[in-house]
Amino acid sequence: MTLAEKILAAHSGKASVSAGDFLSVRTDLVLSNDITAPIAIREFERLGVARVFDPKKIVMVPDHFCPNKDIQSAEQAKMMRDFARKHKLVYFEVGEMGIEHVILPEKGLVLPGEVVVGADSHTCTYGALGAFATGMGSTDIAIAMATGEIWMKVPPTIKFVFHGKPGKWVGGKDLILYLIGDIGVDGALYSALEFHGEAVAKLGMDGRFTMSNMAIESGGKAGLFQVDDKTRSYLKGRTSRKYTEYRPDRDAAYARVIEYDTSKIEPQVAFPHLPSNTKPISQAGAIAIDQVVIGSCTNGRMDDLRIAASILKGRKVDPNLRLIILPGSQQVYLDALKEGLIETFIRAGAAVSTPTCGPCLGGYMGILAAGERCVSTTNRNFVGRMGHVKSEVYLANPAVAAASAIAGRIAGPEEIK
Amino acid sequence: MSLKGKAFKYGSHIDTDAIIPARHLNLVEPADLARHCMEDIDAGFVSRVKNGDIIVADINFGCGSSREHAPVAIKASGISCVIAKSFARIFFRNAINIGLPLLECKEAAEDIKAGDTVEVDLASGSITNLSSGKTFTSKAYPEFMMQIVQAGGLVEHTKKKLSGAK
Repeated sequence: MTLAEKILAAHSGKASVSAGDFLSVRTDLVLSNDITAPIAIREFERLGVARVFDPKKIVMVPDHFCPNKDIQSAEQAKMMRDFARKHKLVYFEVGEMGIEHVILPEKGLVLPGEVVVGADSHTCTYGALGAFATGMGSTDIAIAMATGEIWMKVPPTIKFVFHGKPGKWVGGKDLILYLIGDIGVDGALYSALEFHGEAVAKLGMDGRFTMSNMAIESGGKAGLFQVDDKTRSYLKGRTSRKYTEYRPDRDAAYARVIEYDTSKIEPQVAFPHLPSNTKPISQAGAIAIDQVVIGSCTNGRMDDLRIAASILKGRKVDPNLRLIILPGSQQVYLDALKEGLIETFIRAGAAVSTPTCGPCLGGYMGILAAGERCVSTTNRNFVGRMGHVKSEVYLANPAVAAASAIAGRIAGPEEIK
Repeated sequence: MSLKGKAFKYGSHIDTDAIIPARHLNLVEPADLARHCMEDIDAGFVSRVKNGDIIVADINFGCGSSREHAPVAIKASGISCVIAKSFARIFFRNAINIGLPLLECKEAAEDIKAGDTVEVDLASGSITNLSSGKTFTSKAYPEFMMQIVQAGGLVEHTKKKLSGAK
């Protein structure tokens, strides 16, 4: 069995499962946020169930339009907060919150071998920890909140092997963008991705979170890593719960095996309006930009901010451009403050925001006007994603984003003198 | 159950931001969401769509975010079903869960043009383009999913299961 199959078998009381099987899967954690929870709560109440299956296994995070951006968002956040308090769920208020996919691992709420379902498509982020984590809609989450179980079809698994050594400025973002550029935004539709190879073994946890996070951008259901020493050391001190490390069998049945020579992969830029529309930075051309966003569930962690700061230190953002940096959580914010990164950002001319999904999905904190272009470390560049339908989003890693903020155009870190 | 309406035709990878832009996700009521359905890629959709009309698209319809607001907005706009060459995974689940029928059929998606009158028989999965006179058969739902569809959505299906267990 593949990694995904092993975890799903263990959570459905079966010795063995294979791609295509329909299962009722036991969930270890059920997640929703301020825009998906209100619908889930309505459906939950329509079910006529008095209690959730286990309040300790249900998490709600106000992150998309929180701190509340307008009256309607405030009403939604309140509906979620009231429900979370009534049912004594795991809930993080804005002062201790962060972007859901940054704080759940940070707080030790997701462990290897677990099954996590979330009413957010980027729930797949936790695959970095060797968990089977997948996004669903609000009604599915309502059912999971009530019963602790969810139906799933076992996905076929595609194995991706990244051979070789990545270049200096190449991170998890570039590997996953390269992969999406190769197979397309539906290249892994309904499938689980399994990441292998010495290049991903060398990646830190933050880079792995980035890769798993964007599995959905290839149509994938989950994106999984095997547990290694880096995973174990990340988990140390975050949890006292026991967990199981699953390994794929040597003779596991993969739908496909795709291999890459990582040494040939440059930093990638995904041009509008699909994450698969990638070009290596050397072929991006001189494209003038109006805004740079560094943050999100994709690239809002410490390693991301450190890379950005290493380029921004002692330099100034182009005066014709706005640089907005959003640490992924209060913890990331605090760590960045202690390390002096926040001072570096502010001195360089960046606006630093409280953690929120905000601009990534065109919510607030950096909306684009017609004709404006933005280089962003986020995950989607669809039409109108960050604002006006005539605006453009270019996806890149934090090094390219920081370099572009200084250059005033899309630029690689090597171009910054 | 038979559905009949005019076709609205779209291309590949129609994402959930196109179906319902995130700036409107501070709305919860289906009718409010429907007022903004498809507005960024087809500004005339809302004023032209009539009850029973059908969306026809190419591959990977509904890709992107997990927002259930997307199938909710489509359903509340009056659209009776969506025909596409393929659907994104989460959108597929969401639509089945809330009772918006989806039909996967490559040939029908190719044959049907914008404005064609299309008739769909959900029980048999047959799609007839009354404008071209051609009939197609969509991919059948797996048995498990058919039970959810027949119950009228996942909440009703689960209610039945829970009351049966008592």
